[in-house]
Amino acid sequence: MTFGDFIMQNLQEFWHLTGFYNATWEHLVMLVVGLFFIWLAIKKNFEPMLLVPIGFGILIGNIPFNTTAGLEIGIYEEGSVLNILYNGVSAGWYPPLIFLGIGAMTDFSALIANPKLMLIGAAAQFGIFGAYMVALLLGFAPDQAGAIAIIGGADGPTAIFLSSKLAPNLMGAIAVSAYSYMALVPVIQPPLMRLFTTKKERLIKMKPARAVSQNEKIIFPIVGMILTCFVVPSGIPLLGMLFFGNLLRECGVTNRLAKTASNALTDIVTILLGMTVGASTQASEFLTSETIRIFLLGFMAFVIASSSGVLFVKLFNLFLPQSKKINPLIGNAGVSAVPMSARISNNLGLEYDPSNYLLMHAMGPNVAGVIGSAVAAGVLLGFLA
Amino acid sequence: MKKRILTLLAVTLACVVAVSAQGRRGLRINEVMVANDSTSVVDDFGRYSAWVELYNSTFGPLEISSVFLTNDRNAPTLYPVPLGDVNTEIPTRQHVLFWADGEPNKGTFHMNFTFTPGQDNYVAIYDADGKSLIDEIVVPGTLKPGQSYARKVDGEGGTGNPEAWEIRDGSEALYITPSSNNIIKSTNSKVDMFAEQDENGFGMAVMAMCIVFTALLVLAICFQIINKIGANISKSRKAKALAETEPDAVHVHDDQDSGEVIAAISMALHDHLDAHDRESAILTINKVRRSYSPWSSKIYSLRELPRR
Repeated sequence: MTFGDFIMQNLQEFWHLTGFYNATWEHLVMLVVGLFFIWLAIKKNFEPMLLVPIGFGILIGNIPFNTTAGLEIGIYEEGSVLNILYNGVSAGWYPPLIFLGIGAMTDFSALIANPKLMLIGAAAQFGIFGAYMVALLLGFAPDQAGAIAIIGGADGPTAIFLSSKLAPNLMGAIAVSAYSYMALVPVIQPPLMRLFTTKKERLIKMKPARAVSQNEKIIFPIVGMILTCFVVPSGIPLLGMLFFGNLLRECGVTNRLAKTASNALTDIVTILLGMTVGASTQASEFLTSETIRIFLLGFMAFVIASSSGVLFVKLFNLFLPQSKKINPLIGNAGVSAVPMSARISNNLGLEYDPSNYLLMHAMGPNVAGVIGSAVAAGVLLGFLA
Repeated sequence: MKKRILTLLAVTLACVVAVSAQGRRGLRINEVMVANDSTSVVDDFGRYSAWVELYNSTFGPLEISSVFLTNDRNAPTLYPVPLGDVNTEIPTRQHVLFWADGEPNKGTFHMNFTFTPGQDNYVAIYDADGKSLIDEIVVPGTLKPGQSYARKVDGEGGTGNPEAWEIRDGSEALYITPSSNNIIKSTNSKVDMFAEQDENGFGMAVMAMCIVFTALLVLAICFQIINKIGANISKSRKAKALAETEPDAVHVHDDQDSGEVIAAISMALHDHLDAHDRESAILTINKVRRSYSPWSSKIYSLRELPRR
């Protein structure tokens, strides 16, 4: 072998390892999808904390490389750095950590002051089971249908947790779908809220809720955890961490822990979760007809969940005295996209009456939705795992 | 301080011991073959020996070194599972096979006793203390060569319960499964059941929504009750505090605590103390509509919207 041949052979081998050589049209499509997510986050300000890591993760996960070379770089290659980071998603331990942070940053006062708002959070979960029925109709197996339907809970960590247990092969599509629709909450929900309410209903003013004592705030996570986990033990990982985080926040003696859980820890896990979920959407795994159906079902689940929350409030109002009527604009907040959906309730309320602030009222069903979707995930896990 | 640390250590130790003990209790004798007639599995030396299959019925790995296996009720510590072999850790819901060939020198999984075909054979596992029984079974003497005595469902049926066991002859229905599940599942039975019984998902929707509503309804009722108890307690405390400071104060009604009353008191104090410079002493009380309240404040939202 001459020196020239030696150089040429090595350069040829290197060329075979490059992304240019291994690229397929599927890779390019996914790269465009990743760029679209990043554009949505930066330009449109749609959930940038999630869409930037997911979008960039999609770019990372779809750089073409020679999968037969055994370089241990792909997210699905055991031992690779991405694979190690992905363990938190595949084994399902990132979502409970996120829930710890959510608990530590959530003020349950609105819910404690007006416990009947919890029922709105429960009603909105119908989106999950409505989508479950449609998914079965489209030919998905019950466990896959359950994993897809949880998108209707509008809770990314819960969707990832449940899909990692029930349908790991669909997790990438489910997670991306869940986060995409969460980012699109301001686009999806307002038309539905207008559609199902009259102008008179939108003007309903709710009484400010009473002040909640510190003791009640401390009792809530303890009693809440015990009661909900007794009903649905399979929800322990999510509900346990959610209420634990809230106790750290409210007990008043663990401020440092609460601060870490709600800031640094949540930020770290969000970065890792978003990036690895994005990277898990390798073109070969992601670009299938199933993904399209999952996105359609996810949209349907979101629509059903938002609508059922609003309609439930209207139904509930039939049984309430005039002075205690609930503004149905807070019904959409039963999905657990915290606090985005509560803000939408508030903004829409202000649109019709500039003095009608619904934010704190909507926070009640909103945080009840977090609990409700975790309970629903526990139910599906208990029935189908 | 030292006492507190010692107590904490003791409690931690007790918890660790309890967890450890709980784990070992999940070890089960799962299948036994008393006479291996060359139709079953061979050992590493190519010989057909009697075998005992142990099963880890817990959902975590189980380290079984130092537990005892025996075929004699009076000698519970007959064969100690040796220390230092990595293979003595049974993975979650998995099996391990021990050979009853009476030749412990052949390795960790070769026990120092054998079975006697044609008569009842006792098999038991004792914990490391040699006293705590983990599992036991009497293999019936009717067992023929090549047949095994196995649990109907892996790891289930409790300890020493012949009802949970059956004789397996290696036929299509009663297959012999050394180092494998006694019931081979190719699908998830729960999922199959839902697919079969609840084709349109209506049953799931009804059941699940009932559960979700129940969970949140129970929580709501519980907090309604807590609300009422809290309100009563604070009311009684307030009344008590007022009674202690000024006996007549308990007769004061809440509705007197209005802005007008406060203004009147202020005027009276002003007249009485004459603490101000010359003023008109005219107060105008206007009802002001305040559009701001803590309920409209953005600082009470959960977290700020991310901004560029």
